[in-house]
Amino acid sequence: MFDANTLAIIFIALMGLSVILYAVLDGYDLGVGILLPLEHDQHSDRMVASIGPFWDANETWLVLAVGLLLIAFPSAHSLILRELYLPTAILLISLVLRGVAFDFRAKAPFSHKPTWNRVFKIGSLLAALSQGYMLGMYVMGFEESWAAVGFSLLSALGVAAAYTFIGACWLIMKTEGVLQKRAVGWAKKAVGLCIVGTFAVSVVNPWINPTVYGRWLSWPNVLYLAPLPILCMLLFAFNYRALSKLPASGDRGCWIPFVSAVAIFLLCFFGLAVSFFPYIVPGQLTIWDAAAAPESLTIILWGAIVVVPIILCYTAFAYRVFWGKVDELKYY
Amino acid sequence: MVEETLMLSRLQFAANVSFHILFPTISIALSWFLVAFKVRFNQTGDPVWMRAYRFWVKIFALTFALGVVSGITMSFQFGTNWPGFMETVGNIAGPLLGYEVLTAFFLEAGFLGIMLFGMNRVSNRVHTAATIIVAVGTALSAFWILALNSWMQTPQGFEMRDGVAHATNWFEIIFNPSFPYRLIHMVLASALTATFLIAGISAYRLLKGDDKRAPKLTLKVALFVAAVLAPTQALVGDFHGLNTLENQPQKIAAMEGIWETESRVPLLLFAIPDETSRENHFEIGIPGLASLILKHDINGELQGLSEFEGNHPPVAPVFYAFRIMVGIGMLMMAIAWFGSFQLMRKGQVSALTLKAIVAMSFSGWIATLAGWYVTEIGRQPWLVSGVLTAQQAATDIAPANVAISLVMYCVLYLVLLGAYLHTLFVMARRAVEIEEIKPEEIADARSRTGQNTIKGEARYV
Repeated sequence: MFDANTLAIIFIALMGLSVILYAVLDGYDLGVGILLPLEHDQHSDRMVASIGPFWDANETWLVLAVGLLLIAFPSAHSLILRELYLPTAILLISLVLRGVAFDFRAKAPFSHKPTWNRVFKIGSLLAALSQGYMLGMYVMGFEESWAAVGFSLLSALGVAAAYTFIGACWLIMKTEGVLQKRAVGWAKKAVGLCIVGTFAVSVVNPWINPTVYGRWLSWPNVLYLAPLPILCMLLFAFNYRALSKLPASGDRGCWIPFVSAVAIFLLCFFGLAVSFFPYIVPGQLTIWDAAAAPESLTIILWGAIVVVPIILCYTAFAYRVFWGKVDELKYY
Repeated sequence: MVEETLMLSRLQFAANVSFHILFPTISIALSWFLVAFKVRFNQTGDPVWMRAYRFWVKIFALTFALGVVSGITMSFQFGTNWPGFMETVGNIAGPLLGYEVLTAFFLEAGFLGIMLFGMNRVSNRVHTAATIIVAVGTALSAFWILALNSWMQTPQGFEMRDGVAHATNWFEIIFNPSFPYRLIHMVLASALTATFLIAGISAYRLLKGDDKRAPKLTLKVALFVAAVLAPTQALVGDFHGLNTLENQPQKIAAMEGIWETESRVPLLLFAIPDETSRENHFEIGIPGLASLILKHDINGELQGLSEFEGNHPPVAPVFYAFRIMVGIGMLMMAIAWFGSFQLMRKGQVSALTLKAIVAMSFSGWIATLAGWYVTEIGRQPWLVSGVLTAQQAATDIAPANVAISLVMYCVLYLVLLGAYLHTLFVMARRAVEIEEIKPEEIADARSRTGQNTIKGEARYV
């Protein structure tokens, strides 16, 4: 049906789709975890309830993204995960801890609840930091230098700030009253960090990465690509303005920060993709070098064409069922 | 290739997969028990089924969460520790894993939220449908992963080109010779594990003075189901063994501790296999029984390990694990039959039997792990039979890195296992404190199911 080169492009697009869905979806629930107020039990419960029906499906996008990397670009999968062996282990352990803390905090003996809350918060934070660190190392082509480590640490903070930001925006949309006011405050602080982080990464990346520099700042690319950072900064400004008006009477516009945060995520992701395409491992391996055999990719592609739209439909259905402000978390 | 890295990677994979399988083993079958509870509730309108559902759905959620998070770890392991696996057989393993994620994981995760938290937000019918869809998802997940595992045991439907496997026939790949046997054997193992967990926790509640109908009902259901499934499993296991004899005779030789090819082979009840002198010590066996079981002829000839020298698995772990699995299976059958017998004769189970059932709560885990050790260690030295050895597939990163991650995983798993077990019993004790079904629950059941006459109503007023 498709030749090998086209298949590689289709699969990198599919992978991109799952990565960005993961970053947005698990991003907000990791962010809610990072924000968990340990001193306020009622708010903690409410916040966990807001992500309760979703976190599991959100994490499945990571499994799909890693699965697609494994299936479609096996040599890139082994190369990347070998280079990132220990950060991967830390990421996995944090995801395990926060995932189970979610259940244990409600079901274990009541006296253990504060401990599981802490595990949930720290696990969420570590997961975000390790993802950011891995992203930084990836962008730097797994270079073993202080510059690379420094950049990765910056990226770790950036990703954690971004998740906190989108998590706070999610809470503004899903909660009301005092908690919503708190969430607006969190979002305002986080958006500042995000602006600084995005700016820093966008400047440092082309500065230390000649390929990226060439891609963005050569003529005529600069003309096509310039709208991307401009739009991003406008969205940040728009988001900040919306936040300063919240909470509004009748809860008008409570969804604006979240939706604009999603748009910012999309733009940043697109910016990264533009920087490196067609490399799947920056500077080392293109998607065409790494792609698996076409007959195997074709058979998964058929499955994906049929199943992915269905997945999107029932995911939308689940969001519709739990639409609106969150109520008490209860196993019915 | 660093020898230590291989050893540590093996240990880490064994630790990961052993920890992971505990939870799906419960949830694959527990999801269907929940479907049964919900359907019975809809049919009868009896709130006791809703009580059973609500208690077990919480345990399901906890178990499922542990399965999901430990499963994510697994999906990374292939790349981090066994790069050669995907490089050699990725064209086969990839699509099977891909279909598992696409058809099973998303289905489960997408409807789990509605199943757990959505009962008051959707109609009763949609909620039942969500429960069924989650159960179908777990079954599909078992289907794909066992197809892959069975293909690694008995590969077919592919050809090797430049050292890389390429698929030639997907039907042959999925329905490879050992797949049907392994799938049914594992699904039944899951069912037995879940029945003994349900029976064990229910019995624990009764022993703690819970006099409500729900735990008595779930105990009864679980014991009756186990009484039927335990002998079925023995039969299926026997067929699985015959299939293994055909495809992997060296595994059978290790399981039965047969060193030399001979006829009229005894069934060894106990022995200490000795790999260096290549013989068994302290044999206790029943003459001719192994031949009879495997060849249906008391004088049948079975191949010995000497015919596979250098190409067969380590004997002792396979030999012992097989005996542990079968022994626990027998014990399960005995307890299930005895408990069912008491239930039918006297309408209740004696305190002593209840204690035995509590002691057997997690027997399914031990049997399942032992069974997996038989089949997985029994495949060694191969990772994919005849295609790829574990040694060829292993990573070459520094052993210190693997050691660090292995220690972290082990500590994590021990803590989580402890917390899981503790929490199950905490939940059981909390359930003891709850009062018996109230009139408003009967009214609620009536409005949900549309049943006007509720069968059990007289018992509550």
